Amino acid sequence: MFNYTFHWNQALKALPQMLDGALVTLKIALLSMAIGLAFALLLTLFRLSGSRILSGFARTWIEIARNTPALFQIYMAHFGLGSFGIHLSPFTALLAGIAFNNAGYLAENFRGALKAIPDTQTRAGRSLGMSAIQAFRLIVLPQMLRVAFLPITNQMVWAILMTSLGVTVGMNTDLAGVTQELNARSFRTFEFFAIAAVIYYAIAKVVTLAARLIAWRMFRY
Amino acid sequence: MIEIQNVRKSFGSLEVLKGIDLTVQKGEVVTVIGGSGSGKSTLLTCINGLEPIDSGRILVDGTEVHAKATNLNKLRQKIGIVFQQWNAFPHLTVLENVMLAPRKVLGMAKSEAEAMAVKQLTHVGLADKLKTYPSRMSGGQQQRMAIARALAMSPDYMLFDEVTSALDPQLVGEVLDTLRMLASEGMTMICVTHEMKFAREVSDRVAFFHKGVMAEIAAPAELFGAPKDPELQKFLAATH
Repeated sequence: MFNYTFHWNQALKALPQMLDGALVTLKIALLSMAIGLAFALLLTLFRLSGSRILSGFARTWIEIARNTPALFQIYMAHFGLGSFGIHLSPFTALLAGIAFNNAGYLAENFRGALKAIPDTQTRAGRSLGMSAIQAFRLIVLPQMLRVAFLPITNQMVWAILMTSLGVTVGMNTDLAGVTQELNARSFRTFEFFAIAAVIYYAIAKVVTLAARLIAWRMFRY
Repeated sequence: MIEIQNVRKSFGSLEVLKGIDLTVQKGEVVTVIGGSGSGKSTLLTCINGLEPIDSGRILVDGTEVHAKATNLNKLRQKIGIVFQQWNAFPHLTVLENVMLAPRKVLGMAKSEAEAMAVKQLTHVGLADKLKTYPSRMSGGQQQRMAIARALAMSPDYMLFDEVTSALDPQLVGEVLDTLRMLASEGMTMICVTHEMKFAREVSDRVAFFHKGVMAEIAAPAELFGAPKDPELQKFLAATH
């Protein structure tokens, strides 16, 4: 029935190369999360600002990020902007695309989290002489982060997996890119992609466990 | 001195304050009684500028609260307020709850803020709860913490908005005792309350609010002993 001989040796020999790729993957995911979180916070503040222009901008961003394929978002960052003479390297385009996607999803999570914090908390802070910004930063934001922590972790895992879309814009140093090149040279498709899948799985698991540990340390209340 | 002059305030078409005049002297304890919706809680949130007013003015030590030029963040540092729902910051320990504003608003050093917080928490009988999170405490304890949190800003005035109304009956006493202690120490206080016995005991003057109007104000012996306003007479008959 099967007419395929596994060649694990060849694939395992390439393991160091793939692990280097995994580091690049993790780096892009972490950077995209950092940027995504910062922009998500900004979009959340835009929505609260009461300005129609700012909240309209935020809503448009969130709508596009959440309702179009991540692949297109990365494509747009690379080829789309390229049409206008803005040439981003595969690395930057991939990072920008995922960060854009992260910001959209996270902003929506933040909105939900914000609703979970009663107005009276802000009121209590203001009555102690805090400015609106202080009350938000010192009282609302820390509580929001707790509510949004699980969705943030999910998005982080999603960001790791999305990095594999980089192959479509010529990214060849991350785990998917390295794997794809090894595959092209050897045609040991199953072996290479199986190993890559295990590495992705391992990264995702480690991140989830680390997040749980952080949550346990941070949210003692 | 807090001077409230002909203050009017509406929520939509409902006028909740219909021209209130009240002056509270330094060191005075004024309690405000009256039925629900009489406007008494609204008045407190207007005094520290959490709520805007429609007309009239409120002066705190001569500063007009609702004037555009007034720095409310600065003004609120000398007016402490404690709410019916104590609004503990759940993500902070009791000590951190009390230290937060002195550190971030007054810019106190950590050690100084901590010393202040410990002092105030000891004052309200929570010295053994410093590292506890609010969720692990009773309502009465959380309310006392909220009082300590306001006191840590060294306010000149304290406003209490029905601070015992959301508490289980057996926890009311400990909070009222804290208020009695503050009154005896000479704190200037305006207390909105439903605790008539407490109002009679601690107040220099008691004000009765009815439908947005201050219908009567007098020393407790007079107001409770010989109420003149017919609505007040009804109110007192119903609450006894």
